[in-house]
Amino acid sequence: MKFFPLVWANLTRHKRRTALTTLSVALALFLFASLRSVVTTLRATGEVGSETRMIVQSAKAIVFFLPMSYRERLLAVPGVQAASWANWFGGVYQDPKNFFAQFAVDPESYLDVYAGDYDMPADQRAAFIRERTGCIVGKSLLDKFGWHLGQNVTLTGTIFEGDWPVTIRGVFRSLDPVFSEDAMLVHYDMVYERYPTWVRPGWYVLQLKNPALAPQVAAAIDSEFKNSSDPTKTGSERAFNASFVTMWGNVSFLMDSIGMAVVFAILLVAANSMMLSARERTNEVGVLKTVGFGDRLLFGLVMAEAGGIAAAGAVLGLGAATVLWPAIHFSAMGFLPGFRVTPGTLALGLGITVLLAVASGLLPALSAARLSAVQALRHVE
Amino acid sequence: MKIPLVYNIRSLARRPVSNAMTALGVAFVVGVFIATLALANGFRMALVKTGSPDNVVVLRKGADSELASGISRDHAAIIGALPEIAAASDGAPLVSPEVFVPMDIASASGGGAQLVVTRGVTTRAFEVRRSVHITAGRMFAPGRDEVIIGAAIAPRLAHSAVGDTIHFGGRGWLVTGHFAAGGSAFESEVWGQNEQLMPVLRGEFFQVVVFRLRDRSRFGAVQQKLQNDPRLQVDARRESDFYASQSAVLRTILNFLAIFITSIMAVGAIFGAVNTMYAAVASRTSEIAVLLTLGFRPRSVLASFLAEAAFLALVGGLVGCLVALPINGIVTSTTNWSSFSMIAFQFLVTPRILVEGLIFSLVMGVLGGFFPARRAARMPVVEAIR
Amino acid sequence: MALVELENLTKAFSRDSQPIVVFDGLNLEFAEGSFTALMGPSGSGKSTLLNLIAGLDRPTAGTVRVAGAEVSAMSPGALADWRARHVGFVFQSYNLLPVLTAYQNVELPLLLTRLSAAERREHVATALSVVGLSDRAEHLPRQLSGGQEQRAAIARAIVSDPTIILLDEPTGQLDAKSAADVLALLQRLNAEFHKTILMVTHDPHAAQAARTLLHLDKGVLTA
Repeated sequence: MKFFPLVWANLTRHKRRTALTTLSVALALFLFASLRSVVTTLRATGEVGSETRMIVQSAKAIVFFLPMSYRERLLAVPGVQAASWANWFGGVYQDPKNFFAQFAVDPESYLDVYAGDYDMPADQRAAFIRERTGCIVGKSLLDKFGWHLGQNVTLTGTIFEGDWPVTIRGVFRSLDPVFSEDAMLVHYDMVYERYPTWVRPGWYVLQLKNPALAPQVAAAIDSEFKNSSDPTKTGSERAFNASFVTMWGNVSFLMDSIGMAVVFAILLVAANSMMLSARERTNEVGVLKTVGFGDRLLFGLVMAEAGGIAAAGAVLGLGAATVLWPAIHFSAMGFLPGFRVTPGTLALGLGITVLLAVASGLLPALSAARLSAVQALRHVE
Repeated sequence: MKIPLVYNIRSLARRPVSNAMTALGVAFVVGVFIATLALANGFRMALVKTGSPDNVVVLRKGADSELASGISRDHAAIIGALPEIAAASDGAPLVSPEVFVPMDIASASGGGAQLVVTRGVTTRAFEVRRSVHITAGRMFAPGRDEVIIGAAIAPRLAHSAVGDTIHFGGRGWLVTGHFAAGGSAFESEVWGQNEQLMPVLRGEFFQVVVFRLRDRSRFGAVQQKLQNDPRLQVDARRESDFYASQSAVLRTILNFLAIFITSIMAVGAIFGAVNTMYAAVASRTSEIAVLLTLGFRPRSVLASFLAEAAFLALVGGLVGCLVALPINGIVTSTTNWSSFSMIAFQFLVTPRILVEGLIFSLVMGVLGGFFPARRAARMPVVEAIR
Repeated sequence: MALVELENLTKAFSRDSQPIVVFDGLNLEFAEGSFTALMGPSGSGKSTLLNLIAGLDRPTAGTVRVAGAEVSAMSPGALADWRARHVGFVFQSYNLLPVLTAYQNVELPLLLTRLSAAERREHVATALSVVGLSDRAEHLPRQLSGGQEQRAAIARAIVSDPTIILLDEPTGQLDAKSAADVLALLQRLNAEFHKTILMVTHDPHAAQAARTLLHLDKGVLTA
């Protein structure tokens, strides 16, 4: 564009003002994208899970155990190919602040049911299964605490009282978000051994032969146990994960509201900046018009200026959000796994950028277009 | 301040649109600041009010919440026999063994179920936990499947009106009344009789034993006694401390959110103020020259422009306070991960939060106005006159 | 002893590393109660001379003494205080703060003193009546004509009873009638109130109002 030098000259006339405005736009878009990502990430955690897996939990509440005897009965339900079980272990590693998820599982059947969702060498898998006080951890958890294979780690139980020393026998990489790398798996039997009178499976994981069978399987299981002392609630793995998302409450509304406030606030800063520049330039507009620049052209030049600032801010802000969060492996202690800016959020951010450019540039552009050259030349600030 | 403030105030009025936008930017930041602090404060207060420093909470050793704890009947009896426990008007000790289990209960809007704390109590609980009182209907009767529902959670559950039958644990329970508890976390719970709930919930043991101390200062000794007793395996905490720690996770999240969001926004608003003030100084070089010529010291000019920026920001702060004020009292709910159940609480705007908001706006104004003011003060008069 | 003594005054600027000597080794005196007009072409340094006397600028060499005080050697802080007490300055334009009323503008120098509000009110009222603007005290500058604005500026220049009144092209922006009013006022201040006045101007008509006329051209003074 041959007019680029003119637009550029105007932008760099007040370098500090342009820089500060651009930075403000960048900060706002960074914040907006980050807040929006909280919403999208939470929603995504609820969409995690396989079609062919179902979770059987106590109908009373997730915190109730189910009898071990259910395992055989569940395997007997038509459509169920495999069954495993797990408990939320809920231990503390040195300090409550070092929170991470721990599950007590039946190693062989659990790893089978989730085969394909993680990657771990066969010998490590065998070592874990063999050793009752062994555990496996995800790579990112290992890195976070600087552990290594063979390391002894002691957990302090909160639900299952006492100290639990375990040895890291395997490190896995997650191939699907459903199998989190920020988690540790220990042996169910290790826990049961210490408290045989009351430890029971927390929930069962079922592998279906065919995902289409899910509704029948769920109905069959729940009706079978309906009148027992441990009624069940069976659902897809996805529904199970989604239920945890709803526990957050109005978070998405809160984030979106704040996001809007942020956008408005910065809109004011950007528009103000454009206005300040416009005011100082009345003389020049007069000269340009005298030279022969048309109204429409001047309108375009001012809009280009506003657009330039907005675009630069967008690149900086949206770019920073996209790069920063994955780079520092931010996951809010596991509450927001895989926290990152989605394409949808970027699109929304770009839309806001356009809005910002138009809203901040429109009035100054219009007034530049409408200004009569004579008036402008006579104007003294 | 030598240069009259009216000069600054009226000068602000000369660029009404530009200054209004700057002030409004500050207003938004202060508004969000107050809102997020009010949210964190409301949550904190709900939990703070829940615990009394006169009461002691006894949990199984190692349990970090009532949820993970288990205390047998025998052990509860041993605890209840402590001489340091205060006596009720009828002479019996003010001790309340309680069952505590989050239960899946259907939500009011038909959107599935939510985990709600179900607490089994005896009538003694109402004396130990002083703030609890019935607001509608009546207490549950002994020996019956009856419950009362906390005032904060009742609107969010299905079949929760007085006279309805609510379902949990595979059984139906008659809702005989609602209760309030001074805005504390108890208002997000369902209470029933221990003996009725035990068979349905976790079995023949309690989750927590709470008692009132005769003498508040004896807590240390009581704690020692309980934790060293070889028959028991328990931890004892002051009730107020216990509930404060229960809110730690969520409070950390809310505080982090508040600081993160508002500091980023504040930087943006400050940049806006910087731009506005620099432009103002640039357009008033002749006025500044006059003031310096008259004999006003550069530091008076600095103070003057700084005051102008601060005043502008303060106006924005006031607007922000006014706009944020209506959120006070709005009820929201989320999950307290420590108890793994729903807690409903209000946004709580306090005078202190408002003052903090105003101070925050002043700080933004001063930070934004500093460099422009310094430029004004350093203006070489001779150049400006030209 | 003259009120204002300029001894061996030299002032040089460097613009883009090119030195410009405005005057070199200038010697000049102004007696108390004098009314001097200083004329000369643009760039001759007359405004610079005014700035040096007022302590707004520092000479490259030489001394400036006003009422015995060596202005050229004072620190910036001391100069500010000194100006407040001893100098009344009137610019060609933009004298008044546009957001303050005539009264508030005139009051400004008094805010630097320890006078009480009542005392300040008295001084301002006097100054305004001397320049004939008592009925315009509550008006904003934009509500005053050019001539009235300059008279208000003069009121501000005399309100603290300064040692010397300096004016830089006071009638440059005014029409003939307003200019005449301002010049008449200056003459009255000099004749009746014995004010020492130094006025820079390029208008020969304005210069005629003064009692002494000096020319400054390329740094050289001629009477």
